Amino acid sequence: MNNASPESTEQIRLSLSSANLSTKRRVRNAAASVAMVAAFVIAAVPLFAMGASVLSQGLGVVLSVDWWTQPIPGDVGRADLAGNQDLCGLGFGDAAECEAGGSSTSVIEGMQPAIVGTFLTVFGASAMAIPLGILGAVYLHEYGKNGRLARFIRFMTDVMVGVPSVVMGVFIYTIWVLKFGTNGKSAFAASLALGCLMLPIVVRSTEEMLKLVPNALREASAALGTRTWKTTLKVVLPAASAGITSGCLLAVARAAGETAPVVFTIGYVTTTNFSMRGQNTTLSAQIYSQLTNGGSIATQLAWGAAVTLVGIVLVLTLTARAISSRLTMART
Amino acid sequence: MSTQLEAPPERDDKALGPLTQQGAGVVADGVFRWVTLLSGVTVLVILLLIAVTTTRQAWPAFSEFGTSYFFGTEWIPPEGLYGILPLVYGTVLVSLIALFFAVPLSVGIALFVTELAHRRVRSSITLVVDLLAAVPSVVFGLWGFYQLIPIFQTVFNRISDAVASIPVLNLIFGSGSGSSFMSAGLILALMIIPIITSVTREVFLTVPENDKSGSLALGATRWEMIKGVVIPHSTGGLTGAVMLGLGRAMGETVAVALLIGASPQISANLFGRGETMPAQIFRSLSEAGGVYRSALIGLGVCLFVITIVVNVSARRLVLVIDRRIKGTV
Repeated sequence: MNNASPESTEQIRLSLSSANLSTKRRVRNAAASVAMVAAFVIAAVPLFAMGASVLSQGLGVVLSVDWWTQPIPGDVGRADLAGNQDLCGLGFGDAAECEAGGSSTSVIEGMQPAIVGTFLTVFGASAMAIPLGILGAVYLHEYGKNGRLARFIRFMTDVMVGVPSVVMGVFIYTIWVLKFGTNGKSAFAASLALGCLMLPIVVRSTEEMLKLVPNALREASAALGTRTWKTTLKVVLPAASAGITSGCLLAVARAAGETAPVVFTIGYVTTTNFSMRGQNTTLSAQIYSQLTNGGSIATQLAWGAAVTLVGIVLVLTLTARAISSRLTMART
Repeated sequence: MSTQLEAPPERDDKALGPLTQQGAGVVADGVFRWVTLLSGVTVLVILLLIAVTTTRQAWPAFSEFGTSYFFGTEWIPPEGLYGILPLVYGTVLVSLIALFFAVPLSVGIALFVTELAHRRVRSSITLVVDLLAAVPSVVFGLWGFYQLIPIFQTVFNRISDAVASIPVLNLIFGSGSGSSFMSAGLILALMIIPIITSVTREVFLTVPENDKSGSLALGATRWEMIKGVVIPHSTGGLTGAVMLGLGRAMGETVAVALLIGASPQISANLFGRGETMPAQIFRSLSEAGGVYRSALIGLGVCLFVITIVVNVSARRLVLVIDRRIKGTV
């Protein structure tokens, strides 16, 4: 071995090349790689299938102006079942309408109340959860640090992230709707539930961002004689603002898509309600209730609401991603 | 100009204010500190309020039915039977089915991202996973309800026909329905893949690069390196990730409510209809009154307790791992 001839180095090089692996090891390695790719494909295919069916079923209604400006057609389930289609089949009904494709001609498909309701509830929830969450994170990172209370709050925040959204709904239902009766059902009540949901997410993501602000900034500001509160508000938070925005957008996206906490707390309307008070509706609640209504118009409304909702959520998510990826690029 | 220079400015103690421990700044500092502290404590207050108010509303059901509430095997509200076991069973079963499918897939995806994929491919993989996480639960439910249930119906029937004569399997895979434990479990698997994947990926990223290159330098193939270095190093973190997925799965509401069939029963048949706790609350709370309502709120309390236990143990596991990693570095 000591007298290294050209042949033996050649042999060593050969023995290290993957061609020299035993078939068993090579096959196993290849199989593992294939399995990893397959795992990704198996997860991605349903996502694209879902995207394709949501788009193909729902895009039609969304593209009309009525969708954004008109009230939700009421009681479409029954209207559809007992409506024109049966009558057409039996020879009744308006002949021109029957030829034009049956029942759907007589209904204007609109979803404005739910779109407005979604924005109202999400706005209300954000107005409550985002300032609270950011301040809470400031406490954890700038004041509490590794103290007992801060560690406990941090831990409980993690736990609260895991509390199911339906429990938040039940919570607001017991403290708000049961207390004020049906009048309590409002966009505001739904905002409370969604705010509870968003709060821990905002706290945790903001704290992660505060961690990334270099300590030198805080020290430089303190050396200039600035108070901690001013340093935090004028130096630390602005430095972390992009990351905090991105985290908050993700929390908003999550809240916009939630259904369970909303249905108990918001009630139901078919006409637009711009107020935080009084019953309202959201896109997610509409998807569920139209789906349980049944019938072709209701189904159409559900798919349309799904396209709208997914659109909103996607815009929020992709914006958040763009912001955070620009951040990492700037940092590296 | 020169006269101004000759006269040295008198020492102004007030100008030194910000550097001393007096003045308005101190008050502002104290106020700000308290405001942030109160905001931080809000989380604790909300959690406490959830526990107290929901338990109080659920108390009539707890006290009226006692043990038959927690251990009763029949949930038939019209007949006044409120035993939550069928719902607990459904929740656990559906979550386990979801984990069964989601865990291998998530680990696979996480390995693909951390060990196999090229840097440029990596971001598109995480994009897909992020998108999967972004899709609202109700959209999964809508899609599952209209597009998957018919497919599940035929597939399940074919499977149950195929195993009809095999002793144990014909109980587990009995005659099928499109909405069933299995349907809900499958859609749930898809929904918890993102959380398990992202936690698992974080865990894999903590594996020391030296250990990995050492293993490769000893001639291990990539798979052998993963098996010998990455996985053993990550077992604790993986357990934590799985628990977090479990917590998420147990609380998932709308999609499950739409695919499970709304029939509370304890049955070994995975293709049979069932019901979970969140789905039952979601379906009935708005219209329920009296003791039915408090029984439903009680379900919320149980769900709250269960998910807290699962999440606390998951976080504990992840924390322990954090500490161990920090200890070794």
